Amino acid sequence: MDQNNNIITFENITKVYHLGGVDIAVLRGVSCEIKKGENVAIMGPSGSGKTTMLNIIGCLDRATSGRYFLENRDISKLEDDALSEIRSKKIGFIFQSYNLIPQLNVLENIEMPLFYQQVDEKKTREKAIELARIVGLEDRIKHRPSELSGGQQQRVAIARALMNDPVLILADEPTGNLDSVSGREIMTLLCELNEKGTTLIIVTHDAGIAKYAKKTLTMLDGKILNEN
Amino acid sequence: MKISIVHLIRIIRHGWKNIWLHKLRSFLTVLGIVFGVASVIAMLAIGEGASYEARKMIESLGSNNIIIRSVKIPSDSKSSQASFLGVYGLTDRDLRKIETIPSVVRTIPAWEMEEDVWYHEKKITAKVIGTLPEYQEALNLSIKTGRFFNYNDLQKNLPSAVIGSTVRTSLFPTEDPVGKTIKIKSTYFTIIGIAGEKVFAGASESFVAEDMNIAVYVPVSTTRDFFGQYEVKRGTGGIMSWERNWVQYHRFVVQVSDTEKILVTSSLISDILSQTHKKQDYQIMVPLELLRQAEKTKKIFNIVLGSIAAISLIVGGIGIMNIMLAIVTERTREIGIRRAVGARKRDIINQFLTEAVILSASGGFIGIIVGILIPKAVTRFAGMTTLVTPLSIIISFTISVAVGIGFGLYPARKAAGLDPIQALRYE
Ligand SMILES: Nc1ncnc2c1ncn2[C@@H]1O[C@H](COP(=O)(O)OP(=O)(O)OP(=O)(O)O)[C@@H](O)[C@H]1O
Ligand SMILES: [Mg+2]
Repeated sequence: MDQNNNIITFENITKVYHLGGVDIAVLRGVSCEIKKGENVAIMGPSGSGKTTMLNIIGCLDRATSGRYFLENRDISKLEDDALSEIRSKKIGFIFQSYNLIPQLNVLENIEMPLFYQQVDEKKTREKAIELARIVGLEDRIKHRPSELSGGQQQRVAIARALMNDPVLILADEPTGNLDSVSGREIMTLLCELNEKGTTLIIVTHDAGIAKYAKKTLTMLDGKILNEN
Repeated sequence: MKISIVHLIRIIRHGWKNIWLHKLRSFLTVLGIVFGVASVIAMLAIGEGASYEARKMIESLGSNNIIIRSVKIPSDSKSSQASFLGVYGLTDRDLRKIETIPSVVRTIPAWEMEEDVWYHEKKITAKVIGTLPEYQEALNLSIKTGRFFNYNDLQKNLPSAVIGSTVRTSLFPTEDPVGKTIKIKSTYFTIIGIAGEKVFAGASESFVAEDMNIAVYVPVSTTRDFFGQYEVKRGTGGIMSWERNWVQYHRFVVQVSDTEKILVTSSLISDILSQTHKKQDYQIMVPLELLRQAEKTKKIFNIVLGSIAAISLIVGGIGIMNIMLAIVTERTREIGIRRAVGARKRDIINQFLTEAVILSASGGFIGIIVGILIPKAVTRFAGMTTLVTPLSIIISFTISVAVGIGFGLYPARKAAGLDPIQALRYE
């Protein structure tokens, strides 16, 4: 594999689920390249395999076959611990349902990724406060997620995703549960990050959201229909 | 990546927060451990106390001694009239016979009587013991000040007395008693020595345990001279009925040459005494045998309580496992989130295992407190000696931590084994 400017290279990736003796092919040969610093949207109808693809990109899931290069490193055959390490060091996840831990406050939620890197507690705290400020929640750091609005919770999730200085931010319908105003705020925040150099991949149903991206991959039935 | 101490402390702190969030649930969960640990500690404390008591008793009665006591046989008929004379107990003849046994080194007789002992207006009811000078050595009596009486005192019938430490503190709280005179009945005795304090094991139900600190030792010859040989007691038949008994000796301390020969000697003594005594008006006591019995009782006690402790620890462990499984299910999504931000399987195991151990260790901690209080209560209300040893605390705490690890491992591994994606989807 030549050195190139790709952060992600998918070579004929497939994903098959075995359910009750039946094989369900969710991804059926996906090949694509995403360059460093790109802003990509993945669209497509429900069930077309968008989330599955994003999970494989994020090393949360493994492909059934095919090869996946992250920063030109083949990671298809890596052990579970190595995948955890990649998630820990390189990737920031943002979910539609925020996925904050309810019993932790805003600050503790933001700090979590560095906890697993055993980063010094004081440095972690300083960084978390800084990020809370960037997403506009510095006056809410002691609040529990249940005390925040949807948009605020998603901003906490973004701050958490930024905690480990990821090279790649993966957002699965980040605005899906938000009204259009909060949605726009979140998108502005994410695009600002992208402009600073972080690669951004957003799964969305919303063409209005996809417009923020420079490139859109449209999926259908486990395949990429087109790229533009 | 290895886990540093600092990180471990953070894990423990986070675990503690989660436990504390559900105080009542956590408390109920650890009750089994609490009872288990408490009974381990209480068991060991009571067992330890019993053998401590037995050891003390041996020490105060002498491990090479056989003690024979005169026992009053309850009078059978209605003959206990106003001036009934009862004759019972050990005599000079018994003493001479016992001394013919080759393994007997010496037999020391003692005459005893509960009497009021006066010093000016102060009074204490003490046990007055008339005996021989050898009594001191045979029963390991220490002398704090002054001396024990000797054969000179004995032969000259000198009214010399050695007082026990309790007698000293109640009659002479400030003065030096040596050289002072105390009055027993109508005779004045000069104090020549004070016995050192004997640790008193306080087994009220055991007939051998007597507080040797409330005693006054006098030469046996003086008791005959000054008190006569009758003991007069108020009888049970009413104010007007007095009971007079003739007792030569209340007690023999038989010193045996060799520990090995104690049992044989005691059965020989039993044979000899049964020939001359028609009624069983004596009691033979082998301190060493009592110690063995105490050890045996302790063993049985330990087995019974040990099984109770084991069962409650297992039940406690199952309780923890049960609640941990529930917690893992309840926090499935959290596990998915943690995995997504980079937690390895090991990190998840550590997290949940830590919570399980915190639970069991807190249970252990509460159990230790309860386990220290129970023996205190036993001592207070049952009068038994108990001894909580540091070792028992260490052992039971270790057990409780081990229970947490043992029963927490399965739920923790289950948590770590969850597929991150499934966990994230979990509603
Ligand atoms: N764990 C699983 N077991 C079986 N089938 C699965 C599993 N996960 C996903 N699928 C199936 O894979 C297909 C693609 O799912 P995926 O979540 O990737 O779709 P999606 O494009 O993200 O849809 P949506 O827009 O509704 O989120 C679906 O048909 C789904 O039922
Ligand atoms: Mg989806």
